[in-house]
Amino acid sequence: MPEHDINPNKWIDLYSDYLFNYTITRVSDRDMAQDLVQDTFLAGLKSMKNFKGESSERTWLISILKRKIIDHYRKINSNKGKAEVRINYSDDENEGDWLEERIADPFDKTAEDRIQNRELRDAIFDCLSKLPEKQAQVFRMKTIEGYDTEDICKELNINASNLWVIIHRARTAMASCLEKNWL
Amino acid sequence: MSKKIKIMVPCDEAHHVCDKAQYKEASVWEKFKLYFHLVYCKGCRSYAKNNKNLSNTIQKAKVECLDKKCKEAMKLEFEKALRDQLQ
Repeated sequence: MPEHDINPNKWIDLYSDYLFNYTITRVSDRDMAQDLVQDTFLAGLKSMKNFKGESSERTWLISILKRKIIDHYRKINSNKGKAEVRINYSDDENEGDWLEERIADPFDKTAEDRIQNRELRDAIFDCLSKLPEKQAQVFRMKTIEGYDTEDICKELNINASNLWVIIHRARTAMASCLEKNWL
Repeated sequence: MSKKIKIMVPCDEAHHVCDKAQYKEASVWEKFKLYFHLVYCKGCRSYAKNNKNLSNTIQKAKVECLDKKCKEAMKLEFEKALRDQLQ
């Protein structure tokens, strides 16, 4: 008896945002990321019978997505010049040294920030996926997508005080989940 | 006189206003009452601090979501593939 069941009907609701964020920090192109997520779901569907239930559905989907991202980079890299052998280059305006330019710029903090941000995003979605479905949905709509209270109420058929109770519970849970490493 | 202006609020209301304030939906008067409450209530002070931190963290992370339209499109295609699979 496997520990985890597989139920593709709920995949998109449950995991698409998580997978999308995972992808967008790695390919940084919205459309591309969207396609990759879509491909992942379809690939998952095809190889559903290989799912052994040892890991959770999400972990399994992420492992497919990782392959897809690697394939994506392979594909765009094969389009480039095969290998660059020149060490110096000069054209009309520029002259430089490839090797020299490869040395990391100590004042460039963006790379580190970006990695930290990626981890933070993963952590946020990790915590979000631990919430009950309704709480996660309301919290996501309100905090991340920035919907108006009224719109959310209308869409989910709840009243405003209901919404705030849900938000309160979600915020408390999110805060305690993120507290250890991030707040 | 029953219509006294209430300046003291209970903790659950303070939490509620604090949540609303995170989405800029609290009125000035509500916020005033909240801050007044925070002066004497340590528990709510720490809640408010955590709450603010959470908002800042999420804003800093710039998390993105797939918009609804695109999810719907994804679902449509997925369901088609699902049906094909079952046949």
